[in-house]
Amino acid sequence: MGILEVKNVGKRFGGLQALGDVNLSIAENSVHAIIGPNGAGKSTLLNCLVGKLIPDTGSVMFDGQSVLGRKPHEINQMGISRVFQTPEIFGDLTVMENMMIPCFAKRDGAFEMNAIASVASQRDIVERAEHMLEDMNMADKRDMHAAALSRGDKRRLEIGMCLSQEPRLLLLDEPTAGMARADTNNTIDLLKQISDERDITIAIIEHDMHVVFSLAERITVLAQGTPLVEDTPDNIKGHPKVREAYLGETQTAA
Amino acid sequence: MDAIILQILNGLDKGSAYALIALGLTLIFGTLGVVNFAHGALFMIGAFCAVTLSRILTLSHTIIDETQKDFLGNPLKVDVPYIYDIFGQQTGDAIIDWAVPLSILFAIPVMIGIGFIMERGLIKHFYKRPHADQILVTFGLAIVLQEIIKYFYGANPIPTPAPDAFRGSFDFGAMLGFDPNTIIYPYWRLVYFAFAAVIIGAVFAFLQFTTFGMVVRAGMADRETVGLLGINIDKRFTIMFGIAAAVAGLAGVMYTPINSPNYHMGMDFLVLSFVVVVVGGMGSLPGAVLAGFLLGILESFASMAVVLEILPGINQIIIYLVAIIILLTRPRGLMGRRGVMEE
Amino acid sequence: MFGLTKRDSTLLIIVILLTVLAPFILNPFPEGSAMAQFNAGYPDLMQRLVIFGIFAIGFNILFGLTGYLSFGHAAFLGVGSYAAIWMMKLLTMNVVPAIIISVVVAGLFSLLVGWISLRRSGIYFSILTLAFAQMSYSLAYSVLTPITGGETGLQPKVDDPRILDGALAAGQTPRANFFGLEMGTSYELELGNWIFTFNAGYYIAAIVMILAFYLSIRIFRSPFGMMLRAVKSNQQRVNYTGLNAKPYTLAAFVISGMYAGLAGGLLVAMDTQVGAERMFWTASGEVVLMTILGGAGTLIGPVLGAGFIKYMENIVSKINKSVLEQWFAFMPDGIEDFLIAIVYPFIGKGWHLTLGILFMLVVIFLPGGLVEGGQRIGRLFKRKKPSDDAADGKTTPAE
Repeated sequence: MGILEVKNVGKRFGGLQALGDVNLSIAENSVHAIIGPNGAGKSTLLNCLVGKLIPDTGSVMFDGQSVLGRKPHEINQMGISRVFQTPEIFGDLTVMENMMIPCFAKRDGAFEMNAIASVASQRDIVERAEHMLEDMNMADKRDMHAAALSRGDKRRLEIGMCLSQEPRLLLLDEPTAGMARADTNNTIDLLKQISDERDITIAIIEHDMHVVFSLAERITVLAQGTPLVEDTPDNIKGHPKVREAYLGETQTAA
Repeated sequence: MDAIILQILNGLDKGSAYALIALGLTLIFGTLGVVNFAHGALFMIGAFCAVTLSRILTLSHTIIDETQKDFLGNPLKVDVPYIYDIFGQQTGDAIIDWAVPLSILFAIPVMIGIGFIMERGLIKHFYKRPHADQILVTFGLAIVLQEIIKYFYGANPIPTPAPDAFRGSFDFGAMLGFDPNTIIYPYWRLVYFAFAAVIIGAVFAFLQFTTFGMVVRAGMADRETVGLLGINIDKRFTIMFGIAAAVAGLAGVMYTPINSPNYHMGMDFLVLSFVVVVVGGMGSLPGAVLAGFLLGILESFASMAVVLEILPGINQIIIYLVAIIILLTRPRGLMGRRGVMEE
Repeated sequence: MFGLTKRDSTLLIIVILLTVLAPFILNPFPEGSAMAQFNAGYPDLMQRLVIFGIFAIGFNILFGLTGYLSFGHAAFLGVGSYAAIWMMKLLTMNVVPAIIISVVVAGLFSLLVGWISLRRSGIYFSILTLAFAQMSYSLAYSVLTPITGGETGLQPKVDDPRILDGALAAGQTPRANFFGLEMGTSYELELGNWIFTFNAGYYIAAIVMILAFYLSIRIFRSPFGMMLRAVKSNQQRVNYTGLNAKPYTLAAFVISGMYAGLAGGLLVAMDTQVGAERMFWTASGEVVLMTILGGAGTLIGPVLGAGFIKYMENIVSKINKSVLEQWFAFMPDGIEDFLIAIVYPFIGKGWHLTLGILFMLVVIFLPGGLVEGGQRIGRLFKRKKPSDDAADGKTTPAE
């Protein structure tokens, strides 16, 4: 029994069957990659997991509880954090404030009317956020506006924000899309380190084969809304069906 | 039954004005993505085009008329419009009488010019700024425009009558077989409705059947892609802004005989027109027109004595009430498209 | 000081000094001089300055922090005013219960309006609030006349019940008071040719404004304030950080509605009358102008904006042609007439034109309002000193 169990999930948009009949099980503390060509339904599947979309059929269970019908913030409070394709951070706020907000969310829950005490007086939050910034090697940038960060640093900050909530499952949506090679390698190293040092399950949707094969312990290949095959990276590499459906295409696309 | 027909008719002229303004607002929003709070001011300026033209036509010089004497036997001083000198008295009088319809010809170039200046001079710089900034700057512009008009024309409404030929009323009741005088309707309001229908039809035909219109519609659907095709969208959108300004202006010109224009009529109509646009669905042209007529007619029904007896004051708030209900049940309005202004 | 950082304490002290010394600051010209008509240090105007300051501070908590642009805030001010006047009619002419009830009623009303309007965002939210405000205005004018007085509005009358005060003798006018101290009480200080007026009503309103300002600093610096700025910056990330944006924005909406109600209650406490025009949408537009002009999202901006607009309104609308003729008298005739012709449309009754132009200029060139203007000028001077560039790049977002 995995930490995330997806059973018979289907989703239609008008005449388009985006997800056919998806079954997926992600084991606790593993790194699981979901790959597939464009339009395979990767993003739709991800959106079904975090509450942005509600599937037409099937069930999604996280740690024995259904996530269906819950709002994104409720699902997040259950222990699922999401990293977006383009980093979603609070651009108008400083790096430190960015890091403090998830700490507050972790401590106080979805809503807390804390309108009189100053932020600076919340010692536990300040310490926690500072600690997290150090972990992310961003302590020197704490007073910068987040919008002024480089692309790689924005990604790093976003991942740090997700981690500071101590999620049990971290979902990453093409975390290295549009990144330079050096930034991509940094991100891979960071994710490796996270998965080694923490009790955390990582599910990653990725286009870049280099990233997938450096990180994943198991890979699910999605094609036309249904899982084609699920296996270890080594077996996936040699799988004829996968080559035909996917790898051939990315070589031209990349 | 006759009362119902009468209310529908009564709703048509206000509905026409709402529909025309809302149409222009939607054109601007759909093409340029700008929320234009100064659109009511364009309606108002159109109305003052009619005032201006009738003033120009009655510009006079004073002559001494030897044929008329006052009681002391001195010749009278008489103001003679210049237009008499050009066309003679009879034609001159006819032209003055027809000042409002003639203002259409005068208003079209003026309004398109104002639209161009507004778009190139101000709005253009706000495409990339947040909607709140667009609302705020056009709100400021609306204040400036109405204060300028107030400076030149004063604060009081200026009566601007329709041509004599349209002054009476039309007895619909007699025509439809009801008692005479149950459904009477001023001719000019019929003219206004017909005029609005023609303008709306023309705008739709223009968008539907010309290449220009096709590009604009494509641009409304997906601006970036059309831009990538190497088509100069910006220039077309400037022209679109001019057209929208002209539509609002013409709506104003023709409205002058129904309500004497004053400097704040634009703001009064704008608030309601925005509600109309939102009810119709932001970015939907048919929605704007439909909602305009619908709300105009609803408003007129709500002011019936029978209705007011049951729900006093409902005529004052019906439009807002409907807007609130529609926005809560159909977030995109009656005919709104997915993904427009949903942030 | 009072749990504020040094910077914020300085800001608070500046505001306190400005309000306490306002009778001096606003009366710079000696009595009887040609410029004396531009003195603004009389009670009625000073009261308006601080009361609209409160209104703008509250509006800024919503618009400045969350970015939700409400075009209907005057409705809350109006509802607060009506509640206050009824308190004065039914209970007592003491302003304390009137002000308290105005805050409570405006809070409840804004809870209802906010709960519905906040289901939408962006332009839809603006239109919904506008629709609610216009509806309130229309109702106050027509159907609700028994409660609102319709076109004539409401004033306390001699024969109102006023349970706590007891009956007034015939011919006496009911006056608003603070435990016996009448709002209209003034003390005039004569210093040479100068006359300074210290008015009880003004100082009560000023104390309330200082408290309101202090509270807004606390809100800006609190975790709640930070969450609101997060909502403005990126609502998507807020949701995916396990935070429920709706109650945060609703709380901000209600708080700003209560500020508006407080302002409405104070207005009634000062002039003991209310009319529906207070809720007209131009009044909602005015508070937007004040906040933007001063600097939305900054602490002191709304106070400056409200003060600036109300002060300029007073000054500019008092300039007439003869004043202009005095000013330009030293010029040759032709140039004098020309200058007067150019300036004339912008003064006197043309104040709204000036305001509209000013507002457009601010939105176009200074989106941060007067505060940003001040910062830019400050930076200009700093740059001249080469040693001082370290602190330069750091701009705190909520200043």
